[in-house]
Amino acid sequence: MSINLSKKQQALSQLKGNPIGWEGKTLKQMRQDMDEVSRSTGHYAGLETLPFKEANPIRYEKIFAKLRGGVVHARETAKKVAASPIVEQEGELCFTLYTPEADSVVTSTGIIIHVGTMGAAIKYMINNDYEQNPGIADGDIFCNNDCQIGNVHPCDIHTIVPIFWEGELIGWVGGVTHVIDVGATSPGSMSVGPVSRYDDGYQVACRKVGQDDTLSKDWLIESQRSVRTTKYWVLDEKTRIAGCHMIRDLVLNIVKEEGVDAYKDFVREVIEDGRRGFINQVKTLLIPGKYRQVSFVDVPYKNLNVPPYARLDTIMHAPTEVTVHNNGKFEIDFDGANRWGWHSYNATPVAITSGIWVMMSQTLIPNDRVNDGAYYASQFDLPYGSWLHPDDIRTAHSYSWHFLVSAWSPIWRALSRNYFARGYLEEVNAGNANTSNWLQGGGINQFGEIHAVNSFESSAEGVGASAVKDGISHAAAIWNPEGDMGDMEIWELAEPLLYLGRNIKPNTAGYGKYRGGSGYESLRMVYGAKDWTMYFMGNGYMASDCGLMGGYPAASGYRFEAHGTDIKERIEQRLPIPTGGDSDPDYPEYEENMDAKEIIRDKQSITTETVYENYDLYLNYLRGGPGFGDPLERKPSMIQDDLNEGHLLPRYAEKVYGAVVTQNDKGHYLVDEEKTSLRRAEIRKERLHKAIPAQQWMESEREKIINKEASVQVRHMYAGSFALSERFNAEFTEFWNLPVEWKLTEDELEVPVFGAKINKNPS
Amino acid sequence: MAEYDRRTIEELVDGTIDFYKLKDMLSNFKDKNRFETYLSILQERVPWSDPILLPVGLHLYIVQKQDGSRIVKCDCGHEFCDEKDNWKLHSMIHVRDTEEKMSEIYPKLLAPDPQWQVIREYYCPSCATQLEVEAVTPWYPIIKDFEPDIDTFYNEWLQRPLPIGE
Repeated sequence: MSINLSKKQQALSQLKGNPIGWEGKTLKQMRQDMDEVSRSTGHYAGLETLPFKEANPIRYEKIFAKLRGGVVHARETAKKVAASPIVEQEGELCFTLYTPEADSVVTSTGIIIHVGTMGAAIKYMINNDYEQNPGIADGDIFCNNDCQIGNVHPCDIHTIVPIFWEGELIGWVGGVTHVIDVGATSPGSMSVGPVSRYDDGYQVACRKVGQDDTLSKDWLIESQRSVRTTKYWVLDEKTRIAGCHMIRDLVLNIVKEEGVDAYKDFVREVIEDGRRGFINQVKTLLIPGKYRQVSFVDVPYKNLNVPPYARLDTIMHAPTEVTVHNNGKFEIDFDGANRWGWHSYNATPVAITSGIWVMMSQTLIPNDRVNDGAYYASQFDLPYGSWLHPDDIRTAHSYSWHFLVSAWSPIWRALSRNYFARGYLEEVNAGNANTSNWLQGGGINQFGEIHAVNSFESSAEGVGASAVKDGISHAAAIWNPEGDMGDMEIWELAEPLLYLGRNIKPNTAGYGKYRGGSGYESLRMVYGAKDWTMYFMGNGYMASDCGLMGGYPAASGYRFEAHGTDIKERIEQRLPIPTGGDSDPDYPEYEENMDAKEIIRDKQSITTETVYENYDLYLNYLRGGPGFGDPLERKPSMIQDDLNEGHLLPRYAEKVYGAVVTQNDKGHYLVDEEKTSLRRAEIRKERLHKAIPAQQWMESEREKIINKEASVQVRHMYAGSFALSERFNAEFTEFWNLPVEWKLTEDELEVPVFGAKINKNPS
Repeated sequence: MAEYDRRTIEELVDGTIDFYKLKDMLSNFKDKNRFETYLSILQERVPWSDPILLPVGLHLYIVQKQDGSRIVKCDCGHEFCDEKDNWKLHSMIHVRDTEEKMSEIYPKLLAPDPQWQVIREYYCPSCATQLEVEAVTPWYPIIKDFEPDIDTFYNEWLQRPLPIGE
């Protein structure tokens, strides 16, 4: 730091209005120039060649390796500061280095969706002249969690630190952690209660919270009084600052060793290199053309305890058209996505685009060169007014992931059709699980403290099947490539909830020649809480994926909760209590070992806060992944393993896979290959007997559409898409050959249309 | 740049590839000749001689006919339609749109609710293979999944001639 101008000199320089950017420019000028030159040349920063890399390839790679290793190291070290199991166990944090204009250079592992969101927050500060007021100086600390500025949901808190060299800003470093609670209407990081921004919890809009590497006292007081889990909040913030400062030191040391000019050349070239690398991957793995898929998720709010204008059942719609252009440019068009709603699942453009890069880092660009280069090689079309680009600042975002994870599943399938066609079968993935349930809640915990919880067991869901093997069971979540279900012992410390079971959940994987990875379930009993509430969050009435090439979607969700149980008395009397999984919900067994005043088993998998007493039960069911290929092609030996390992209930081995199953005297299932082969031939005949020609079916479906025969939630979804997209409306009308006078509007459905009247969509 | 022998690609197609070999394949750079080897394996296995231009899915191919047309064909020999058309419109369909039909494949509480979502199964009219499954809302147009630009792919990206029939 000795080479830097003194803080006083720098402050004086800024007071005189001297810009802090390169070549005497303001940051705003730098941003505008970068956009213009990149747009006009088609190359990031106008770099048609990479002179530094070409002249000094070893030096170039050495700088990259130091930076990449350094940011990963900073993440691994800093996360040990945190006390929150979400950060320390699940790795829900990430650090990224940016250029002065906020283009990402290199990122750590972890929740790398925030490569984009923190970049958006820095761009917001640049565009809003933070350089003049409140000023940007060495040692400053900024904080953001505002979704409409740059975030996915408010519980991801950004800490952003500028990096100066001799009075000039040479970059930024951002760190993010997923905090346990953000002071929303109900406890837990991804609260279900919010229907507007003003319910979403504490909002920090790119605020300067510290100077001279020290947090301001007013910030510390206010922020800690605004959330339920104060000690976790404090330690999460220290985690972020520690990581940012480690990376700042790393950058300054590289500048000392290599010279500032070399560093500046490097950060420009590495982004252009990333752009070229992405196009190269597109041309290596994909095929020019158009690829269409769709996904949905249920929003069952009709009977939920929310404001009256939010009480309706609806469906979120993500039609996805991927275009691979002849020149390797990659475009994703969400035209037809329906309107945003009064629920907690809206998304912002930066959430969906950044999130797609998280996914891409697991498939199309599975390397450490994740930076804004890929962004510059892509195009996203996000309809204004839709759930992924709201035209109203009032929208809530506390659990954007409810649909983001499902909305990306079609992209896996679109890419996988390309991989399959080119023979890269190892890359095929039928899609990703709906990463739920989210066990959340709070109250006064077993230590007598105000507390909130969000169990990140959902970091380990079933993975989609590939074209060569089954998906991995209870293994991963798309939003964190390092998913981990966490240790039960740690969750029992963090939550006043004892484990009565943690088991593979049968029949949750999508069936197929290769099945998806199975989900799992944990039975939790409230124990030691002083007062306590919990709620459910996940898909219930719908599967949120499709399966691929003959495979089935993963199972949908349901909830189980029990209140007023006699488990305490049973334990005292040493009688059996419910343990293990709710393996076959058609034939429930928990009830055989307990009495309860109320037992709920239904498809309403989204709820608001419910009071839980000690010895009440809550089933946390984590979903499976979709399947690949016709189930009748699954090897009998694999079905036998599924039965014996608890992935499949015997009656579905017969109905879905055509397996002829027996059980030996030790209870071991056996699949008879010869009889199975014969049975499968019969099933093929039965298929053709019960099926009808597609065009004949279309005639009957057309009649239903003309007569508007569908549930309100289905019609509401279409009406919300038609209202925003003339193209989707026209394509729908043409496909079904509907009369020109056929219309469907939100107004005719007799459900609340509050907010939908303010249609700012240009179409 | 990785290279794999024909046997390895056959193991991949058959799903018999060793896990660690597969893991290396995932971690490594892609092999340039994969498409050529893959296509030749698939061509060898189908019981007909129309040259395969591009696999569309498991069992489905876009093939070159002698009259110059390109059609979607099942490996059982069933010919669906022109490659520009949507093969699903020419398939047999079974729609699971009631609780009873859903409960044939999932326990009741694990199945989608047909008031919200239906499951559409598309079968080959000849061999009855289940070629695709859609989980969509009622009324949803049949999705045209795959619309490749085969000419640009061969001529500009692969820079190799399109296969032509004998």
